[in-house]
This record gives sequence, structure tokens and C-alpha cells, in this order.
Amino acid sequence: MKSKLYDKIANIYFYVVAVFLILLLVSLISYILYQGRTKLNIDFLTSPPKFMEAGGGIGPQLFNSLQLLIITLIISVPIGLGAGIYMAEYAKPGLLTEIIRLSAETLSSMPSIVVGLFGLLVFVTMTGWGYSLVAGALTLTVLNLPVMTRVSEDSIRSVPNSLREASYALGATKWQTIVKVVVPAAMPGIITGIILTAGRIFGEAAALLYTAGMSSPALNFSNLNPSSPTSPLNIFRPAETLAVYIWKVNSEGLAPDARQIADGAAAVLLLMVLIFNILARWLGNTLYKRMTGEK
Amino acid sequence: MKKIQVKDLDLFYGDVQALKKITLDVEANSVLALIGPSGCGKSTFIRTLNRMNDLIEGVKISGTVLLDGQDVYKEVDVIELRKRVGMVFQKPNPFPMTVYDNVAYGPRIHGIKDKKKLNEIVEKSLKAAALWDEVKDRLDKSALSLSGGQQQRLCIARTLAVEPEVILMDEPTSALDPISTMKIEELINELKNKYTIIIVTHNMQQAGRVSDYTAFFLNGELIESGPTDRVFYNPKDKRTEDYITGRFG
Repeated sequence: MKSKLYDKIANIYFYVVAVFLILLLVSLISYILYQGRTKLNIDFLTSPPKFMEAGGGIGPQLFNSLQLLIITLIISVPIGLGAGIYMAEYAKPGLLTEIIRLSAETLSSMPSIVVGLFGLLVFVTMTGWGYSLVAGALTLTVLNLPVMTRVSEDSIRSVPNSLREASYALGATKWQTIVKVVVPAAMPGIITGIILTAGRIFGEAAALLYTAGMSSPALNFSNLNPSSPTSPLNIFRPAETLAVYIWKVNSEGLAPDARQIADGAAAVLLLMVLIFNILARWLGNTLYKRMTGEK
Repeated sequence: MKKIQVKDLDLFYGDVQALKKITLDVEANSVLALIGPSGCGKSTFIRTLNRMNDLIEGVKISGTVLLDGQDVYKEVDVIELRKRVGMVFQKPNPFPMTVYDNVAYGPRIHGIKDKKKLNEIVEKSLKAAALWDEVKDRLDKSALSLSGGQQQRLCIARTLAVEPEVILMDEPTSALDPISTMKIEELINELKNKYTIIIVTHNMQQAGRVSDYTAFFLNGELIESGPTDRVFYNPKDKRTEDYITGRFG
């Protein structure tokens, strides 16, 4: 029978695609980890880069990536979530809402280098901050806001209206309903949005070249003075991240082991992304189970 | 004084008139059943009593709805109103939270934070909804792990936790099996001693079993209302008689 044949072909096709996807991911990860294996040690992870000698590390850059991630999330998640809540719960269908949606979609397709140049103009030059972590964080916020907003809005919209009605019928206000019922119920989707955003932040390079900068002072972790250039608490210092560093080392690396450093840094970056994804998923699941009381 | 007095209530969804000059009184501590074919306005009517229709765009209402003599649209705060007039929906809609949190939701949003007091309220409400024995060892489990009938009783407990005076039930058992239905009907019989209950039902037998008064709606109009026995066995209007004997609807 023809339909059975097509069914079989479709089945085979889907399996092949799935296997292909997995193979692609596994080979990519294996290749990068293999290439960088010589550098996966504590020394590499904690020491600062060396200018023209071999044996430099990625300590400050790794820290900068993590710190940038946290600060960008602190800024962009509340704004994105707030915008998502507005679009899903308060905005009335009409011209204004359409304009907001169009703006967000256009913003999300902007090339990251262009957003980076915008960041250079506003957060580096106009504010007088120079290349700084905070300029990078604000630029990445601009880049990621549309995704965060869209994901939040979609998750919130997908919460069934019956739950809202139940809340209102008990005498809750709109805000109480949103905070205590709707957002918690939308949590899995919102966490997906945060993970997506975090992945982009961690791997972003083009938008940070001219905002967070391409240099990083060696960090002194015992220096708690936020105005000192070597203090990790100073968010106005130039903060080259891991992704930017990989690019820089590959294009103008003067140390003799530049190739190995780049490979090692790439492996570390990949591992960080994997670890973060797994951790965030686990954290999200645990939170959700705690909130909804699943066995 | 009558618990609820409705006079000349009109309701429009945009240009469509869904309720036409409804005038109806509800006695305190009684069960009123609203019957009528699909789309006749029964659900729309009870939603005017706790102002749930306010949530829908384009709804226009005229006429008066009085709760204990006060105009529900002009003199009573809507949050306060919904505390005093609770609602149970057709499809059970427990929150995706623990059983405990579901019942405690109402008291919490109205400002009760004391753990001991909340524990008391949760236990009292679950007992009043005849659910306590079945869930007392699973208060911290998800409400969604309960069966349909249990979920609906949980929703009733949740409503009782805010100590309402009136409970509106919109076809509360139509999504449930016969045993759960029976349990809930027994529950309604007990609850009417403390509360005023208005129940929308498609099920004529249920209306007969459970209610003291019955009101028959048709096409947005109230055709007739009165003590259940009278409406069922001695209807004044032919349309009522036709509906009750199953000639239509």
C-alpha cells in the first residue's frame, strides 16, 4: 500500500535526521575538546595571559565571561520578563502593540556587530565610561531583550485562562494573579528563555569587541575596592571575555603557543556552556517541582 | 431580606443581548438551580453576580444586582465582592501547586500570613469539602495528582477558605463521573446550611435532587422561577413544561 510506504519512508527520514543531529553535536564537541585537551588544567584556567611568551592562561577572561553573564542577566531578565508580562497581560490589540512587536522583531534580527557599534557610541563614548564590563552588559541586553521578551510573552500566554479565572474568582487583583499564579505556571518556558539568552551572552563576541573591549587588567581577587582597575568588583573596567579572547589570539596572537591557547580557550568555553545548560535545567526543574509539589 | 436581588438586568456582548430584563430574588441559605438549554444565558447570569463579566471586553450591563441590599456594581468593592461570592467552575481548575497552597491561596492573598491560622483554615475548608480524609497525608503533593472528582472538591475547598456567603457553581459536576457527582451533590446539601448556593445545571435530575428553588432560562430571558417542586410538577409556562418533560433542550 502506498500510504504505508510513505509512512515508512517518513519514519526512516526522521530517525536519520535525529541521528545526524546527534552525530553533528557529538563530533563538534569531541573535536573541540580533543583539540584543546592539552590546556584543560587549573593553571590555564587561573593564570593571566602572557604577552609574547608561551604558557599564558585565560583566568581573567574566564572570570569576565562569567561576571558579564551574571550582570547581563540581572539587567535583561527583569526587563524582558516585564515586557513579556506587559505584552501578554496588559497590552490591548492595536497599533501601539503592533509597533512594539515589530520593533522587538527587528531588533532581534540586528547583526550583533551593528549592535556592538551602537553600544560603542552610547555606552562607551557618550557616557564616557570607555571600554567597560557594564558597557558590554548593556549592549548585550539590547541584543537579547527581544528573545527574552518573546519567550516570556509566549510562556505567559500559554498559561490557561481557567487558572486566571480561578484566581480572580477568589478575589485576587490582576497583579496578584500574575505574580502568584501566571508567572509561576509559566516558569519552565521562562527558564528556557533565560538559558537561551545566557547561551548567547556567553558566546557573543562581535557585540563585545568595542564595548567590553579587547583587553583585561589582571584581576586581584583580594582587591575589594570597586573603583580600582584590578578589582573584580569594578564593573567599569575593560573586560575582555573568553569568546573575544579566542578571536584576538587567533588573529593577532604573538605568543608561540597561540594556536593551543585558542583551542584550549574554545574547549573551556564549550564546557562552560554545557555545564551552564545542565545546571540551569536542573535548577529550573527543582524550582518547579518545589513550587508545584510534584512527587 | 433576600440574599441577592436582581432587577431588570440587561447584558450585552457588544451588540448581542445575552440577558433580557432578568428579575430574580435568591433566598439566603437555599439552593437555587438555573436550568435551560445551552446558550440561554445561565452562565452569563451567574457571572454577573460576582462581576466576572468585568473581565470580558465589550460587555455592557444595566439594571441592578443587590447583595444584602447593596448594589454590587456601584456600592461594593469588586475584590470584597468576590470574597463574599465565590465560584466553582465546570472544569476543575486547581492551581499547579500543592494541595495545601491551593486552599491557602485565597486567605494568603487577603493578607493572612500566620502559619498556624493558615493550617487551621486549610484543614477546616478541606473537611467542609469532604476531602480532608483523602488528602490529609498528601497536603504537600501536587493538586494535579488528584482525580477529577477530588480536584473539583479541592476547588470547592479553595472557595470555602475565603469564607464566602454565596457560592456560585457553574455546572460543577458535568465533567465528573457519577460517584464524584453524587459526593458533590451530598456536599451541596450540607453546605446550604451555612451558605447560599446557586447552581447552573444541564441535568434536570440533578436540579430536582439538589435544589430548593429553580429558575428556567430561555434565550436570555427568565421564563419562570419558584420552588423546585412547583416548577417541575406544576409549571406555569408551557415552555417550562416542554423543557422539563424533555420536548426540547
